[in-house]
Amino acid sequence: MVAPVPEVRLATNANMAGPVVFTGQTPLTPGTPEHDLFTGLTRLGDNTLILGHRVSEWCGHSPILEEDIALANMALDLIGQTQLWLGLAGAVEGAGRTADDLAFLRDGWDFSNILLVERPNGDFGQTLMRQFLFDAWHQPMLKALEGSADARVAEIAAKAGKEVAYHVERSADLVIRLGDGTEESHTRMQRALDALWTYCGEMFIGDAIDARLAAAGIMPAPESLRPGWDALVGEVLAEATLTPPANPYAHTGGKQGKHTEHLGHLLTSMQWLQRAYPGAKW
Amino acid sequence: MAPSVAQVWDWLSDVPDPEIPVITLTDLGIIRDVAYDGPTLVVTVTPTYSGCPATAFINLEIERRLREEGVTDLRLERQLSPAWTSDWIKPEAREALKAYGIAPPIDGTAADGVLAGRIARLAGGGNLVVPCPRCGSVHTEKLSQFGSTPCKASYRCTDCLEPFDYFKCI
Repeated sequence: MVAPVPEVRLATNANMAGPVVFTGQTPLTPGTPEHDLFTGLTRLGDNTLILGHRVSEWCGHSPILEEDIALANMALDLIGQTQLWLGLAGAVEGAGRTADDLAFLRDGWDFSNILLVERPNGDFGQTLMRQFLFDAWHQPMLKALEGSADARVAEIAAKAGKEVAYHVERSADLVIRLGDGTEESHTRMQRALDALWTYCGEMFIGDAIDARLAAAGIMPAPESLRPGWDALVGEVLAEATLTPPANPYAHTGGKQGKHTEHLGHLLTSMQWLQRAYPGAKW
Repeated sequence: MAPSVAQVWDWLSDVPDPEIPVITLTDLGIIRDVAYDGPTLVVTVTPTYSGCPATAFINLEIERRLREEGVTDLRLERQLSPAWTSDWIKPEAREALKAYGIAPPIDGTAADGVLAGRIARLAGGGNLVVPCPRCGSVHTEKLSQFGSTPCKASYRCTDCLEPFDYFKCI
């Protein structure tokens, strides 16, 4: 007796909402103010999106329940901020792309997040170290953006800044507690710092787009945020009894769309549903 | 005849927050404006947190409540600025929060990034004193900066030993 062959139905686009649109690179012309602003906004939104997704990977896997909940809530803040940044980027672009289109239908080379946020989670200590190194940049960045010449940028920054103020307090606190904790936690935090250090410099290296956005008063020059970051990170690491590596090398390229292999793996997980069932709606 | 703006405010004042049903949307201070744009009723709402999953549900609840009263020409608008602050939570709602087991926000203690933490560390550590909503004791400790939702932190009372949520100041 041969078991009946189950009926196989192929997914078609017929029952999916809307036409399938290819949404890769922006149609805006490089060098124009609109392209600059679009790029500046996707850099902000891609940072929060990719870090938010990374942090969400901890959901259900954290060492203790309270930390699991805290990480999930922080990821939620970051993804909420992404909706605002990428939503505005889509509006500025004027081609009808939504925040969801930008998040789920672009390819690796269209993403402009810094390399730090796509680093794999590693252990809990490495996740928190990455978070602290990012938060120590993110919070002053948003503070500066509150004074943006573009009112739409300023209001998102004011909103996000209140949330991120809690992020940096938490990550700084935990870096200190784990760094100045047991021999095991100290060793792991130092290892995390050593592994992530060369991914920090990219936050402070501007390109021509950054320079034009800064000249227009829309976003701060990346270089201007370095002294504040050095001071805060130095202070927290000292209290955490951790030693910042002497290596001044900075991996770059993320802001220009040149990523490490880790981003592709992240995107296959994050985007698979829209790739497999284009136009599917919740 | 279209309902008055005051009537609409009144209707909205009995829509419970989906996460914390003992307080209402107007208690929370997230309804920023009710006005008419010609014949269209426009309700302006501000989100509490950018990623708050209740935001979409809140909009649905507003629409449901107003349609129930026969409003058909309706538009909901999102306003980001000024950003929502827990200072806008009404005094009576703070009492309701406490009775529900959630410590209400202590105004003026919003995180300002690094500064508060730095001062606390230099002064020998120490969290904000949040009285226990159950027994009133001030002997409480923070377990985590984030509780069951981003707007709350987890605390524990060291006298009655009960864990509780603190509605963070933002």
